[in-house]
Amino acid sequence: MALANNQTHIEEQAAQQGGPAATVRLPIVSIILLALTSIGMMVSIGLIFLVAPTDAVEGLPQRIFYFHVPVSWIGMLAFGVLAAASIAYLWKKDERWDWLARASAEIGTVFITLALVTGSIWGRTTWGTWWTWDARLTTTLILWFIYIGYMMLRSYMGRTHASARSAAVLGIIGFIDVPIIYESVNWWRTLHPQPEVGTPGALPPEVVGILMVSLVTFTLLYCFLMVQLYQLEKTQMLAQRLRASLE
Amino acid sequence: MIFLEQVIAILWKDVRYELRSKQMWTGMGLFALLVLVIFNFAFDLRVDNKAAVAPGALWVAFVFASILGLGRTIAAEREKGSMDRLLLCPVDRKAIYLAKLLGNMLFIGVVEVVALPIFAALFDVPLFVGPLLAIVLLGTLGIAAVGTLFSAMAAATQARELLLPILVFPLIVPVVIGSVRATGTLLVATANEPPWLGLIAAFDVIFLSVSMLTFVYVVEE
Repeated sequence: MALANNQTHIEEQAAQQGGPAATVRLPIVSIILLALTSIGMMVSIGLIFLVAPTDAVEGLPQRIFYFHVPVSWIGMLAFGVLAAASIAYLWKKDERWDWLARASAEIGTVFITLALVTGSIWGRTTWGTWWTWDARLTTTLILWFIYIGYMMLRSYMGRTHASARSAAVLGIIGFIDVPIIYESVNWWRTLHPQPEVGTPGALPPEVVGILMVSLVTFTLLYCFLMVQLYQLEKTQMLAQRLRASLE
Repeated sequence: MIFLEQVIAILWKDVRYELRSKQMWTGMGLFALLVLVIFNFAFDLRVDNKAAVAPGALWVAFVFASILGLGRTIAAEREKGSMDRLLLCPVDRKAIYLAKLLGNMLFIGVVEVVALPIFAALFDVPLFVGPLLAIVLLGTLGIAAVGTLFSAMAAATQARELLLPILVFPLIVPVVIGSVRATGTLLVATANEPPWLGLIAAFDVIFLSVSMLTFVYVVEE
């Protein structure tokens, strides 16, 4: 009984530390984001398969473009957020930034993997090959390796301050390195289609419109997952502290 | 100039330690030679494909040997418990990083000096031309700058031998590409090559400064 009381007391403390407002407000944020993402997904899928024009040269497989681009975008965005949160963590020494970095790294790993897979499928139908050592593909692959290295470092070092600091350094170094890797592989060889979104007349307006809907939807999905994973990181940290306080 | 004295003091400590044990130099050197020999079998080097394969073989040998040496720098300190004492000294963390970096460059450099003539003999390539020194020096600096930082990180974990190459290899891709290409142009002159040496130099400057600034966060307890 004393143990149970002790536990609830710490939980109350933890809830107060996290802010009572946060525990009440966040589910609503999650629900709103989930609702928006769900609607966005339905609309995007409808637009992609029913409205989007079939590509004259590539045919139906070209529709993977509406998934491949947003998924790659989230992979890059997550890495940017990871680097920003890492800098903020080293600067402010506030562990909430570390939770954010960790959450972003986990989502980024999944999305960059999806980007590699969808890109590979698209490449097979368009270029006739699953893989080619082009600048974007190679950089994405290296980025994937950096993400995996980050996750491995975190899992080897456990949930300590040293782990958070080391991982933050890796996040920053990796972020600086990615453009250099891109440039070096670009000099080495390249084949990927240049981005055609900004160029006027390169893509029909409806294609750009549908791509934008898809991009916004995936960004909403990222935000939703971030809120969930951030909460998970926080809960895991509190659980670890509770366990430590009992031992 | 206290900073410089500190750097030299720590560097001299490491060099003396290594001169006594000689474990790292002999191990790294033999390893680099073995890689070169294995490559000879793996790619069946002949006159017609030499220019394409030899630079890659050379740099793979250097990178692998470097990783072996880099893994030892901070790990050896941690095993003997001397890392804590080093951190307790009233020494700037940047000085520790710089000393460790110079030490690593020295160890890798010795291995390279031994491996290069043997490489030139085994593969029968004329390598002793002016720019090679610059390529090897800049490439080694790039590998060591990132490697020293991450060896401190990996040394804090259980699986450091495994973790160090996993963390370092993706990050040094520009150095590997640049060094291999620059060495290749020495063997077969090609027109319109991008400025590889400039790329490696830029990489070195960026990561030397970033690593120096962030080293403190990695070793801090």
